[in-house]
Amino acid sequence: MKDTTEGYVTADGRQIGGVLMEMKNITLQFGGVKAITDISFDIREGEIRAIIGPNGAGKSSMLNVISGFYVPTVGEVWFHGKKRPQMKPYQVAQQGIARTFQNIALFKGMSTLDNIMTGRMTMMNTNLVTQAMWWGKAQREESEHREKVEKIIDFLEIQAIRKTPVGRLPYGLQKRVELGRALAAEPKLLLLDEPMAGMNVEEKEDMSRFILDVNDEFGTTIALIEHDMGVVMDLSDRVVVMDYGKKIGDGTPDEVRNNQEVIDAYLGVEHD
Amino acid sequence: MFYREAGDFKTSYTDDSQTFPIKFDRIRYYAVLAVAFGIIPFIINDYWANAVVVPFLIYAIAAIGLNILTGYCGQVSLGTGGFMAVGAYACYKLMTSFPDVSIVFHVIGAGAITAFVGVLFGLPSLRIKGFYLAVATLAAQFFLVWLFNKVPWFYNYSASGQISAPERTVFNIAVTGPNTDAWAKYLICLVFVVAVAWIARNLTRGTVGRSWMAIRDMDIAAEIIGVNPLKAKMTAFAVSSFFIGISGALFFSVYLGAVEVGEAFGINKSFLVLFMVIIGGLGSIFGSFAGAAFLVILPVLLKNVLVGGMNWPIDIAAHLELMVVGGLIIIFLIAEPHGLAQLWRVTKEKLRLWPFPH
Repeated sequence: MKDTTEGYVTADGRQIGGVLMEMKNITLQFGGVKAITDISFDIREGEIRAIIGPNGAGKSSMLNVISGFYVPTVGEVWFHGKKRPQMKPYQVAQQGIARTFQNIALFKGMSTLDNIMTGRMTMMNTNLVTQAMWWGKAQREESEHREKVEKIIDFLEIQAIRKTPVGRLPYGLQKRVELGRALAAEPKLLLLDEPMAGMNVEEKEDMSRFILDVNDEFGTTIALIEHDMGVVMDLSDRVVVMDYGKKIGDGTPDEVRNNQEVIDAYLGVEHD
Repeated sequence: MFYREAGDFKTSYTDDSQTFPIKFDRIRYYAVLAVAFGIIPFIINDYWANAVVVPFLIYAIAAIGLNILTGYCGQVSLGTGGFMAVGAYACYKLMTSFPDVSIVFHVIGAGAITAFVGVLFGLPSLRIKGFYLAVATLAAQFFLVWLFNKVPWFYNYSASGQISAPERTVFNIAVTGPNTDAWAKYLICLVFVVAVAWIARNLTRGTVGRSWMAIRDMDIAAEIIGVNPLKAKMTAFAVSSFFIGISGALFFSVYLGAVEVGEAFGINKSFLVLFMVIIGGLGSIFGSFAGAAFLVILPVLLKNVLVGGMNWPIDIAAHLELMVVGGLIIIFLIAEPHGLAQLWRVTKEKLRLWPFPH
């Protein structure tokens, strides 16, 4: 493991900062089933961190622990150098952690615009009465946030579908809107659960471009789960490999690629 | 041909998010308001007020209330009748306890009390969803009706167990009691309807509405992106019950005048309002009006045609009326499960392209 206080410089010359989030000895148990066993790793500021592993390795469970949806049986989550107390998911969101989902979890009855506006929920705070009157602050706040949301819409190149109900959009665009909704929260840490699942090559390239741009332009730290090895190796700075709930590898894409345990997990072991 | 967005440029986000983005719609909306306030009060008579217009307006308020809870926030409720009863009895108690205060404040106060009761009965929604929540609200329905029947304090120990509205005035014009003119009844209901619809629209287009719809469409995702489910559901219950309480208060004080709780606010009422919302369109304020109009006007229309026009015996007409209304509900739901509001939306989309759809 590298030193945890200092940053490092990536292969393409980006400066990575200190530790943003650290998972310490996380174990997650559902009854007798251990989904995650004693896993520790860190995510550094400005980094693109991938979590990979075969099906059922516990990657999504890990993401759910980070976003506060599961409470780890054992272990601590440290964020910004502080131990995070037990929190509800919406409180985690308020801390600046946003995510997308493996199976698209958009609000189907709402338009693209409304979906992305919902992402700014944590930053909007007019009360019920001013809302009801639609006067002064409520209206002003709505316009201000709309401006920010329009920037994201421009960034993701989805201007044309602004007012379309998301249920009517094709899959690739829905994924993009979901990314937009997560971005709208201006997260410090963005979690992407298989952002490219079920996409064709072009859509994957678009999505990769957006992920890199997000990291580059907004300086957002990204943790992503992905099965497409080409994408993972190209995008990520460091990779955590999980198998059967355990961590079997951690390091740069090159290190991981040459790790015997990782190769065994993916290709199988010869029994003699 | 004049139903177009073209040439109607929006230069600010406020303009872009207005309720009626098309100029023709805005003109139509103001025209409807002008007719409702400026013409109808002068031509309305007792029959039209009592049989059609006043119940339509009051049910529209109840339907908007239920639509906020069920259509926007996705929490099914069968307690509407019970909450209307809370509004009615709260209004009665306020009217008799503070006779000097204007009836308008009594009605609003009744709404506030109902909002509180609604939040109380909405608490189970944090744990249970869907049909199970429906059953929990059904318990509220039966409990509330039972409460108002059994505790004499609520009906001021009157011998009949009924509550009846004393005469109250607004600007020296009677709006409750037996001496009320049709137009006064109509106008006070209209004012409340317009206010309620306006508030409902404002709430549903902003942050609060988005948090409701997020909970409705995908509650887990909503929570993970920062919607507080407790707050979203409780505000939905509060606002919804507030409106339903207002409708109950008006139903009792302005429309019926005297009420026996089991008869006026029984489970039938809950279902009636729920049907209005479903037929009109879940998650649409226009749908609440359409649904209320459909279920209030259609029976009257059928009765007039059958009894008045074709000289059928009244009892057969009454049976047939139920069958026809029931049949129409089924046909409507098969043809357009999203209700009249969706039909309206589709029509508008077609109108935008008419007469050259290709």
